[in-house]
Parts: sequence; C-alpha cells; structure tokens
Amino acid sequence: MPAEAASTAQIAIDAAYLVTSVCFILGLRFLSHPKTARTGNRISMLGMAIALVATGFLLDWNSAWWVVAVGLGGGALVGIYSARAVKMTAMPQMVAIFNGAGGGAAAMVAAAEFLKLGPGAHGISWDESLAIVLSSVIGAISFSGSIIAFLKLQELMTGRPLTYPGQQFVNGLLALAILAGAALTIAGVDAVPAYFVALGAAALLGILFVLPIGGADMPVIISLLNSFTGLAAAMTGFVLGNNVLIISGALVGASGTLLTMLMSKAMNRSIANVLFGAFGKIVASPGGSVPGATGAIREATVDDVATMLAYAKLVIVVPGYGMAVAQAQHSVRELEVQLEKLGVDVKYAIHPVAGRMPGHMNVLLAEANVPYTALYDMDDINPEFPRADVALVIGANDVTNPAARSDASSPIYGMPILDVDKAHNVVVLKRSMKPGFAGIDNPLYELPNTMMLFGDAKASVDKLASAVKAL
Amino acid sequence: MSAHLLTELTIFILAVFVGFEVISKVPTTLHTPLMSATNAIHGIVLVGALLVAVVAEPKLGPVLSVVVVFLASLNVFGGYVVTERMLSMFRPRESPPRDGTKR
Repeated sequence: MPAEAASTAQIAIDAAYLVTSVCFILGLRFLSHPKTARTGNRISMLGMAIALVATGFLLDWNSAWWVVAVGLGGGALVGIYSARAVKMTAMPQMVAIFNGAGGGAAAMVAAAEFLKLGPGAHGISWDESLAIVLSSVIGAISFSGSIIAFLKLQELMTGRPLTYPGQQFVNGLLALAILAGAALTIAGVDAVPAYFVALGAAALLGILFVLPIGGADMPVIISLLNSFTGLAAAMTGFVLGNNVLIISGALVGASGTLLTMLMSKAMNRSIANVLFGAFGKIVASPGGSVPGATGAIREATVDDVATMLAYAKLVIVVPGYGMAVAQAQHSVRELEVQLEKLGVDVKYAIHPVAGRMPGHMNVLLAEANVPYTALYDMDDINPEFPRADVALVIGANDVTNPAARSDASSPIYGMPILDVDKAHNVVVLKRSMKPGFAGIDNPLYELPNTMMLFGDAKASVDKLASAVKAL
Repeated sequence: MSAHLLTELTIFILAVFVGFEVISKVPTTLHTPLMSATNAIHGIVLVGALLVAVVAEPKLGPVLSVVVVFLASLNVFGGYVVTERMLSMFRPRESPPRDGTKR
C-alpha cells in the first residue's frame, strides 16, 4: 500500500476512535437519569462496535484470524451467557470478574508491546517503558485483586478479613520490589528479568491487599479495582499511542476514583484506613454506651409485627446485605404491595454502603419491581424517621448502629448512619444475634422501641406479607 | 519528554476532568449500573488486545494471544449485557410491572 493511502486509512481509523470516545462520554452522560440510562448504554455499545470495526482494518487477518474466532468469539459467548445467567444477588462478583479480565488483558497487552520493542537493547525511550510498566503493574494488581474479591464475594473463601503478623511489612516489601523492578526496566538494566519481577510482585500484591478486606468494605474495594483497570487501560493507550484507550481509561479511572471516595466518605474512613485497617475483631460494646440501651432484647411474633405495619401511616424499610443473601427482595416488594393496599406509605432507606457494591440494594429492589422513586438516599430519608411509625430493618446491621453517633470508643464511631432508632417502633429482621460484618455489637437491638423478629429474612417477610394480607 | 507524549497527557488529563464532571451527575440509585457501564467501557482494551495478538508476528505466542483477546472480549460483552439487564429493571412508579417478572 502506498504511504499516502496508508496515512489516509489511519486518519479514518483515528476519526472512528474519536466517534467512539464521544459515544462513551455521551453514554455516561445519559446515565444521569434512570429514564435515559438505557439509551446511554446503547450509545456506549455503538461506540464500542465502531472502535472494533475500525480496528479490524489494522489487523493481519491472514495470519491470525483464528485468534479472533476463538478469543473474541469465546469471550463473547462466555461473557453473554454468564451475564444473562447470573442472579442479581451475585452481581458484585460478576462485576469483579469482568473487571479482573480487563485488568489482566491490559497487563498482557503491555507485556506483548514490551517484548516487541526489544527492551533495553535499542534505546526504547523512558516514557515508553514507564507507560509499559505502569500498565502492567496496575493491570496485574487489578487482575489478581479482582479474582480474590470474586472468591470472597462468591464465598469460595471467607468474607472475613484475613490478617497475619507482618502483613504491612510483606506488602511493603512487594511494593519495593515493584519499584525496583520498574526502575531497572526503565533504566534498561537487565530489563527483561526486572520487568517480570515487577509484574509478578504486582500480581502477588493484588492478592495480598484484598485478602484483609472484610465483606462490609467490599464497596470501596470494588470501586477502587474498577478505577485501577481504567487506569491500566489508559496506560495501555499511552503504550500503543491510541487515544481512544487513553480517553476511555481516563473516564473509567475518574469514575472509579469518585465512587471510591464516596464509599469511604459514607463509612467515615479514609481509603488508607480501609486498605490497611482491617477490623475483624468482635468488640463487645457495653449496652450503656448508647443512651436508652437496656441490655435486654425484645422478641416479636409475626402477628404483632403484621398488625403494627398494617396500622402504620409511614413504614420505612431499611434493606442490607442480609436481604441479598436471603434473596428476599421479591418478598419485600410483595409486603410493600400488601401494605400499600391498606393505604400505608412505604419508603426505602438506602445507605450508600449497604450491600457489597455501590448501589447494590437499588439494583436488587429494581429487580423486584420496586419503583426507584420509592428509594431514598440517607440524607433525604433521615429527617423522616422521627415521623415513621415503623422502621423495618431487613438484614442491615452496621449502617443502623447508633453507637456510630454516640460511642466514641466504637470502631465505627463517626460513620453516618440511618437514624432508624428515631422511628416510633423499630423491627429488626435477623437470622440470629450474630454481629454484622464489622464484628461490632449493635445497641439498637437493646433499645426499648426495638423488637427482634428472628429467622431467615425471606421466610419472615413472606409470613409478614401473608399475615398483612389476611388482616 | 516528546511533543507526542505531551499531547497524550493533555488528552488524558482533560478526559479525567470530563469523567469527574459526567460521573458526578449520576444518581446513587444508578451506581451499580454505572460501575458495570464503566466496566464495559474499559473493555476498550480489546482494541489493544487485537492490535498485539492479531498481527503478522505476535509476541505472545498462540495460547497467550487467544487468552488476551478472550479476557478483553469477556470484559466487553459481559459488561454490556449485565448493564443492559440491570438498566431494564429500573422503572418509575407509574409504569405497570412487566409480565412474568413479578415474584
């Protein structure tokens, strides 16, 4: 192909990539309202399709067409199948695994480019090596970290924080190994072994930094890993000199970072504290630390609660991870429908870190046909608790713990909570008296206006719904 | 630092600002679809995967070439389908529930 024609083709492809970038930005822009969000996703898909078709013109189809057939075809089949088959409650681990796949791919692309450029020997420039190392290291951390997050969320391993003595020291050593390997790679001294030391250390660090993260901190980690993969993709863009990768990666990196900050703010903890301050120990907080806590709990029957709900004016439902585990969202919706038939106003209070990923509860309730207009953010719903007749807490624990307001010795002191204790009556649906994921006792259960309804969340809500219906 | 790198850095930094601006308008109720949508977007690394794997002399060898394309493809297709599935569930109070999805 003559040089001039080649550059025209390249310009056309770059223009297509620009269209893709615009599609991605518009796609995210349309996510600002549930009504337009689906259109946004379609625009984003269209952008992706344009980029892939354009890239098709750059490939050498004769030599490696089967890589596309097997790799792209296989990835599409597995991706589409698993995305359709997965239960809504398993969404956090699904997102984690797709995220890890992207991170792994970014690291491998950088590695391939590193090997191609003939490292060290013939003056590969420092900025090229730096981009390669960053893309590889961040991608590798995201890959192995996401896999551990997946294993934890899927409960293939314990969701509790795994800690061991010298943990910070080992992580520090790995960080040093990454830095040393990166420095040598960029300096061109034994670049190939140095590069693989950095890559290996990064993969190991990804595993070790997610291991001590407890289930309740998962929303922060999932967001952080998302931003890592975005950054890795952007760095890959620098490596390949590809603007669409740079722009898309930057968008995702910004999104993940913003969510990470929102999540850690909602827990009143710094990101560093989430990463390094695993709290897994059971802290017995004396009942007296919260004003009014009696030290005794009151157990309720289904009929008591059903009657109370049926004669209420305003009921605020507070869902948590327990609702997801019990898959109780459809039953909760059924209870809501029964109550609304009796003229009860039912609202849902959603804590930013309820569940295992940002917005987890919203998706589950949407699946159960709860209109998003019935879901309220913490700041909007908290002033309403004092006039709520019943606050119905379903599988939420730490986000309702009043010790966060009043007990300076509590590990979650200062975390913004849902003010359920200010409702006239509080009903807590809970499997047993086991503490939540933060491993902290909840004095809410000992307040005089609190009643406990023990049992599986789904079974309890089903019974409540039929009891209300029978009234 | 080459002029080329400076151009790329400019694009990167401006895109970060655009990202913050656009994402901060997304309501909390859509945060899970947002994560999943951005997840699908970083699947754009599939372009990079194709550019290193489907060339005359790929440096990764046949198995790794397939693996890198597979991972990125999984990311793209899985990410978009999951997002689509989630977004199809969000509805305001007025609209009637879809048939067959209740309970």
